[in-house]
Amino acid sequence: MQNPYKPYPVRIDKIIVETEDKNLRTFRLVFLDPEDEKAFNYKPGQFAELSVAGCGEIPIGIASSPTEKGYLLFTVNKVGSVTSVLHNMKEGDVMGVRGPLGNAYPLKELEGRNVVIIAGGFAVTTLRSTITWMLDPAHRDKYGRIIFIYGARTPGMLLYEAEWSAWQKRDDIDTYITVDREFPGWSGMVGFVPAVTEQVGPNPENSSALICGPPVMIKFTQPVLEKLGFSDEQIIMSLENRMKCGIGICGRCNVGPEYVCKDGPVFTLAQLNQLPKEY
Amino acid sequence: METRTEKIRETAKRLLSEGKVDVVIGYRAGTIPLRTAPYFARTVEEAENLIWNSHCRINLANFLPRRKDRVAVTAKGCDARNIVNHIIENQITRDQVYIIGVPCEGMVELDLILEKEGRPIQEIIESNGKLTLKGRDFSTSLERAEVLRQNCLTCAHRNPTVYDELVVDQVPELEGVDRYVDLKELLAQSDAERYAYFQNLVKDCIRCYACRDACPLCYCHVCFVDETMPQWLGKSIDPADVMTYHLLRAFHCAGRCTDCGACEAACPMGIKVRQFTRLLEKDVKELYGYETGLSLEARPPLTVYRPDDPQEFIK
Amino acid sequence: MAEMILKKSDLAEFVKSLLSDYQVLAPVKEDQKVNFAPVEDGEFLLDFQNTFLSPKHLFFPQSEKMFEFSTDKADEEAFILKEAGNNPQPRVVFGIRPCDAKAFQVLDKIFGNDQYADPYWFSKREATVLIGLGCNHPCPTCFCTSVNCGPFHEEGLDVLAVDLGDSLLLRPLTEKGRKVLEQAKGLTSADNQAGEKAAALKAEAEKAITRKVFTDEIAQRSVMELFEAAHWDRVHESCLNCGTCTYVCPTCHCFDIQDEVAGAVGDRVRNWDTCMSWLFTMHGSGHNPRPGKKERVRQRFMHKFKYIPLKRDGEIGCVGCGRCINLCPVNIDVRDVVRNMNA
Repeated sequence: MQNPYKPYPVRIDKIIVETEDKNLRTFRLVFLDPEDEKAFNYKPGQFAELSVAGCGEIPIGIASSPTEKGYLLFTVNKVGSVTSVLHNMKEGDVMGVRGPLGNAYPLKELEGRNVVIIAGGFAVTTLRSTITWMLDPAHRDKYGRIIFIYGARTPGMLLYEAEWSAWQKRDDIDTYITVDREFPGWSGMVGFVPAVTEQVGPNPENSSALICGPPVMIKFTQPVLEKLGFSDEQIIMSLENRMKCGIGICGRCNVGPEYVCKDGPVFTLAQLNQLPKEY
Repeated sequence: METRTEKIRETAKRLLSEGKVDVVIGYRAGTIPLRTAPYFARTVEEAENLIWNSHCRINLANFLPRRKDRVAVTAKGCDARNIVNHIIENQITRDQVYIIGVPCEGMVELDLILEKEGRPIQEIIESNGKLTLKGRDFSTSLERAEVLRQNCLTCAHRNPTVYDELVVDQVPELEGVDRYVDLKELLAQSDAERYAYFQNLVKDCIRCYACRDACPLCYCHVCFVDETMPQWLGKSIDPADVMTYHLLRAFHCAGRCTDCGACEAACPMGIKVRQFTRLLEKDVKELYGYETGLSLEARPPLTVYRPDDPQEFIK
Repeated sequence: MAEMILKKSDLAEFVKSLLSDYQVLAPVKEDQKVNFAPVEDGEFLLDFQNTFLSPKHLFFPQSEKMFEFSTDKADEEAFILKEAGNNPQPRVVFGIRPCDAKAFQVLDKIFGNDQYADPYWFSKREATVLIGLGCNHPCPTCFCTSVNCGPFHEEGLDVLAVDLGDSLLLRPLTEKGRKVLEQAKGLTSADNQAGEKAAALKAEAEKAITRKVFTDEIAQRSVMELFEAAHWDRVHESCLNCGTCTYVCPTCHCFDIQDEVAGAVGDRVRNWDTCMSWLFTMHGSGHNPRPGKKERVRQRFMHKFKYIPLKRDGEIGCVGCGRCINLCPVNIDVRDVVRNMNA
């Protein structure tokens, strides 16, 4: 019987310090065994358990897109015991990846629709995967208009600058990058994500909105979308919760009857309205 | 026992109807024989459910820390001393708590009763120092004295030391009792023998932490077993981790424990965890001449320093 | 295969005939408590209420090593997790009560879902034959008949044994059960009389369970309606949030995964965990979705009586064994809680 608790061994190929406070690092991981890479078939929106032997595991959204071959990208925030050890690791170190886990963004259902992607802070990780995938020439014409709104506290806290600068130059995606307040050297948009969303005013017709961000951002962005005419079915969110097994067995991450690790982490707002707010 | 029950109900109803407290914390009858449950009476009608019998083993002072409301608590001698301790340790203020003192003649040990009567008990009637146990096709009786808890047999303070009112007259305190007779034998053993004794004592521990959660002293926001950065001890049933937990918890209770026995009453595995805390209680008594919870002005010895404190044991 | 009779005086022969191929476990009294332990003869209990702890530890031990690894940087396989020998020995467990067997069946649906299967659980399940013992005299706290079970219930068992007095009726229920009975010695064919006696005992036992617990309203109502009911404000007050109920319960299955390192070697271990602990749902950021006792107590009952039936084809996450009722230090009675949920 295959052991779903067993991680694939990977090597840290590159570490990129993403933010000015150094608390966010992107790890580029390479499978030690190419057969494992073939087995690791993932979709945007899924996550994996990063395993640090001797320390534990942490559930982290996959930031790379399946269209990027040969490696996986994970952006990790330093918060607790495992992430602290992970942040001290070096290129060349061996660790584990277990997955892919969770349901993915409903990219099949989104075909033929316009997609509004709204991200705040470092929750943008799986949305990087999603946008990269959608913009890939093999997939772009399946979708209508793509709008990307992404905000962080300061320019130094924005992730994936290389990617979104490139997207800003494209005409098949409307990219709006904002920071909370004026900042010397920043000539881009200024304002909180909910305000920028209202400003951009995406049209709800034949659209879906993918939101990912800190609770306070979601709290104020949701009413903006509702005002614009988006229904609860059209708003798609990705939840976080404390996890251990990641496969719907250990009983820890449940929100009502749904396991965030297996029935989620992607849920529509309509689904979440039927569930207790235990996340 | 019946008098105590009546008086407790009377007092509770009075305090609630006069608006002196928001809730009276006492006991209600258990849903199965030989048990009681902590009960939070908020109305005069609910106060009718309060009782007092030989099974009031859980220490109600456990429910006091960090409360914002005004409470009355029915407290036997040991419980009242824990309430004093809570006030000294700033977990509740004196005017927040109305102590309904209940002079106590001891509570019975559940496991002892089940040992003496192995058949399923459907009903128990208590009267005049006798417990009548009834089951399918049988009825036997036991003397309360036969099945009293260990800590009650050696109780030093059956009457509450600090209280707002007593529901019955004070009962005579036990005379000529040596609380530590079995510990002296234990202390006469070699270190290795004694360590083996304690290892054997906790071999069945399932790390449920019922002892900690029933203990009024254990009110830390983050218990040391839950610390993660760094993690103090493992969470499995590895004997080293089990021992570490029990040893550290006992040390955290040193100088504060009233030997109420709630820890043993709560333990589902019947482990005699008081053996850990009593050794330290004996040390504190002998080194510092201190007993917990006798007065609101006293300070637990491990929280103060006096120049004449004994210190030969600090190497 | 027909039903068989095993005389109690032949128990030793029965057990010995199995020892060549199986380890045999049966109820034994240790320190006043009844638990399953290995036996090599007929010296075990048939006259007991139930084991003290639930037998879930037979398939789901409290602490179980999942993987091993080296932390020695000089080792080229360092930090790569290796499976730690998951080869359980074949066993026959004699004397499982039908409630505990039903619990194993419910847990089969949890340890294995539509995508994943837990190899540690299933390898032991496959290697174990369960011979259940019908309850002629159900415990006073039992309410198994209210939760899809009963004193002579057969789900989850390979053989059902009925105590007829000086002999046992053995009814094979599965292929595994048949295989064991075919190998065993000391058995004779049962006659109709034995079968009738067993049926009578079953009827009597079911009648003896008078306390009923109703869950029909719970099944009808929505999650949010049950979640927001007012009674949760009172239930949690006396709860100590210790782990007793979850650890003695045959269907509680939540676990934690921890890495433990000693020097240059380490293990990844899984331990029982409890939703009663505040740490259970605590995020690294400090946010806790279940910050207080009310949320945690409510979660346990909602999980067992609403979420599990919703997600696992109507199975209820409780088998009415009554252990939590007997062992809860503050006498929180699941039957009362469910009555309030169903009201």
